Amino acid sequence: MKDDATAPADRSAGLKGLGCSRKRVEDVRFTQGRGNYVDDIKLKGMLSGDFVRSPYAHARVVSVDKDAALAVPGVLAVLTAQDLEPLGLHWMPTLAGDRQMVLADGKVLFQGQEVAFVVATDRYAAADGVAAVEVEYEELPVVTDPFRALDPDAPVLREDLEGKTEGAHGARRHHNHIFTWEAGDREATEAVLGEAEVVAEEMIHYHRTHPMPLETCGCVASMDKVTGKLTVWGTFQAPHAVRTVASLISGIAEHNIRIVSPDIGGGFGNKVGVYPGYVCSIVASIVTGRPVKWVESRMDNLMSTAFARDYWMKGRIAATKDGKITGLRCHVTADHGGFDACADPTKFPAGFMNICTGSYDIPVAYLEVDGVYTNKAPGGVAYRCSFRVTEAAYFIERMIEVLAIKLGMDAAELRRINFIRADQFPYQSALGWEYDSGDYHRAWDKALEAVGYDALRAEQAQRLEDFRAGKTRKLIGIGLTHFTEIVGAGPVKNCDILGLGMFDSCEIRIHPTGSAIARLGTISQGQGHATTFAQIIASEIGIPADDITLEEGDTDTAPYGLGTYGSRSTPVAGAATAMAARKIRAKAQMIAAYLLEVHDDDVEFDIDRFAVKGAPERFKTMKEIAFAAYNQAIPGIEPGLEAVSYYDPPNMTYPFGAYICVMEIDVDTGDHDIRSFYALDDCGTRINPMIIEGQVHGGATEGYAIAMGQEIAYDAMGNHKTATLMDFFVPTSWETPHYTTDFTVTPSPHHPIGAKGVGESPNVGSVPCFSNAVHDAFRPFGLVHSHMPHDQWRVWKIAHDLGLHG
Amino acid sequence: MDKIPVTFTLNGETVEGLAEPRMLLIHFLRETLGVTGPHIGCETSHCGACTVDMDGRSVKSCTLFAVQASGSEIVTVEGLANPDGTLGVIQEMFREHHGLQCGFCTPGMITRAWRLLQETPNPSEEQVRFGMAGNLCRCTGYQNIVKAVLASAAELNAAKEAAE
Ligand code: FES
Ligand code: FES
Repeated sequence: MKDDATAPADRSAGLKGLGCSRKRVEDVRFTQGRGNYVDDIKLKGMLSGDFVRSPYAHARVVSVDKDAALAVPGVLAVLTAQDLEPLGLHWMPTLAGDRQMVLADGKVLFQGQEVAFVVATDRYAAADGVAAVEVEYEELPVVTDPFRALDPDAPVLREDLEGKTEGAHGARRHHNHIFTWEAGDREATEAVLGEAEVVAEEMIHYHRTHPMPLETCGCVASMDKVTGKLTVWGTFQAPHAVRTVASLISGIAEHNIRIVSPDIGGGFGNKVGVYPGYVCSIVASIVTGRPVKWVESRMDNLMSTAFARDYWMKGRIAATKDGKITGLRCHVTADHGGFDACADPTKFPAGFMNICTGSYDIPVAYLEVDGVYTNKAPGGVAYRCSFRVTEAAYFIERMIEVLAIKLGMDAAELRRINFIRADQFPYQSALGWEYDSGDYHRAWDKALEAVGYDALRAEQAQRLEDFRAGKTRKLIGIGLTHFTEIVGAGPVKNCDILGLGMFDSCEIRIHPTGSAIARLGTISQGQGHATTFAQIIASEIGIPADDITLEEGDTDTAPYGLGTYGSRSTPVAGAATAMAARKIRAKAQMIAAYLLEVHDDDVEFDIDRFAVKGAPERFKTMKEIAFAAYNQAIPGIEPGLEAVSYYDPPNMTYPFGAYICVMEIDVDTGDHDIRSFYALDDCGTRINPMIIEGQVHGGATEGYAIAMGQEIAYDAMGNHKTATLMDFFVPTSWETPHYTTDFTVTPSPHHPIGAKGVGESPNVGSVPCFSNAVHDAFRPFGLVHSHMPHDQWRVWKIAHDLGLHG
Repeated sequence: MDKIPVTFTLNGETVEGLAEPRMLLIHFLRETLGVTGPHIGCETSHCGACTVDMDGRSVKSCTLFAVQASGSEIVTVEGLANPDGTLGVIQEMFREHHGLQCGFCTPGMITRAWRLLQETPNPSEEQVRFGMAGNLCRCTGYQNIVKAVLASAAELNAAKEAAE
């Protein structure tokens, strides 16, 4: 019998487990400038690499003259495609099954493309070398419009694919066509559209944008000639995948490659891909025998690595006169730029665009996506979204508004009558997904009530009256969105990238004195994994989160996993963490039973200990169990207390949310003021509410930028018009709105702790919400749809075209 | 290119090194002196990740040459912890209010906030939002940064009052 005065509630609180707004352990380093980002790495004899980039969007490379560059003091080497060719590294595979030039091989396909790699003693010498390389180009006709790219007489962009009628994702029907991908039932959908009482139709563009993490991409490659081991530190969201791919394309055995993701200064999808800079740094290190660092400039980043979106979505939605949706059809023209470098699971070349039926019970639907090459940068990455879910959510949430206009209905009511009902889950969608859980009506009602929806509509009507009476020049727009995400890729049976199954992993070791270390196959880029994953373990096995070290990102030590993107860390690695912890708990139970001299089944887990059933005063704490596990000979049980779990999720998770934005728009200036933004998220079980709220603030701010001004734009010559932070809109604290966050909890039935993931929801949900607010303000004047971004000029233009300037 | 000796006071200590005339202060700090707290997010004066304090003003160290710093007094985020190594008030408040995620903007943010609160010891939310607008954050949406700066002001003012 032991004396234990600590109340269960206090013991539980001391763990800082699930549901606790635990302060982040990462912050102690970061707030003191003691982070270790890739550009902070400094190795003995380290060289600096930089690219010569193409000034043209489409041109033949006639010659590259290195002589002047090699004469620059400090320049050691200049690599071109000719130098990489003998190694077979002048091209590299993309994650989408296409291939991409590492360095220009005969031609360039977008402005900013990598042409030569200069290696020098420091960044200034490298820049001098870049300036001294002489490249002769012969300009070719440029195609920046994806529709024009499919014209019969459009210039051939990918000469390397000429005559190839079969691509990575099926037949190619034109020299600039990449793939056609479809989902759903075309015939049935056509039939419904043909007979429908009401059909609304619209072309919706989700413009090209960029994840733009504050830290750009980069790496340090170091080939140790003595040991034959290659180490690469880099901004990798998926370090193990990088190791496997690096091994496959370089021929270096996988055990001789160590990939390390140090602290990462934001990723948002930008750091999933494999970039020429990584390949060139590795080659340069092998060639020079010295470590080579390559870090993008901001301009390089915005011009060449990983754009996002650029989907032209043509929608048709059918409904009854009283607003019941009967069918949906969507055709997408997807602008992929010069190479198809999306990072989607192999079977989904358009990502999870087939979640585009959204939160609604739509009986039939059909989706068709055409991927197209243009003279723009490659990418199409999942920017803070789970593989095109943002595009899908924007599409359906705009279509709902367009339909509401056609029906003359309130858009909130139209949503309500079409939501999938709580009793329909698990719900089979017309485009092939099984939604795990949800209660959309509850979330929607809570949101409408929280913002005082009816009063808002009344105020808006009054404002409209005042506007018409000449008393004000400002309109009110109320933006509504109910989104359903699909995250946590994913089940290996249908999700892989380049053949690598998308499971994830966690390994936990309990130390003899009862503290622990856990390692995962994921990598934090600001999400606070070191804080939250320790919380999962704390709740599962009763060791305080503060006593658990968490490590990620080093392929020599972490178990294999597919990394962090697509909100997959919590759904997949978080599940692996819980499962590994449960293995430990199972062993601990046997040890406790032995120590307490009872049968295994006669002890039960109680917060931080195992106690004899019915005799809670007889117990062994996890600390005591850990010590015994290592230091006591227990018959039939091998020493030690550790476990590893590789988790292949049975399904995706489906977080959802209801967002409402109130915006004032000045009709004469096109300027806007976000009066309020309410975000209700349901991400299932909440691990750390403080971190969830932070994710919502950040994601909604990215959404605000995208909807209200941010874009990657090109002129007709293929010149990149938004390659600096002067032109590429990133909101400051001054213009960023204030957010009110809220939640409901609908746990995922198949996730061990019921969590669904939240990092991307606010980006997915906020973009249509802001955009719908703009449209809503002008709805009384006949506006149906206008393309994003809704910057001041474009909003002014809407007002102007509607005749509101007199 | 010939290098020029550069000397200044960094976080209270005299430092020196050689720099080409064209070398930017941020590169001199990070690469020559190994002070990697200030970061590089753009090198074009937009993001503020490189913010340091020079002679009592917040400056973007990507927009100054190292030689311009000669003879000056510079404070970086590394100089803002307490002498015993614990977090300074602003650092603590950023942690307390979840004012950072990836941490890349944080050194610049905190260094800027430190100066802002000396210029404006009792700022309104609007003054904080305006005064911090030279520093971009891609992760947090600023709401918690603003909270952290306001909380820092309250803490610092309370400490000052207690001392008087
Ligand atoms: S790096 Fe100096 S302002 Fe961005
Ligand atoms: S915390 Fe990531 S940029 Fe601010």
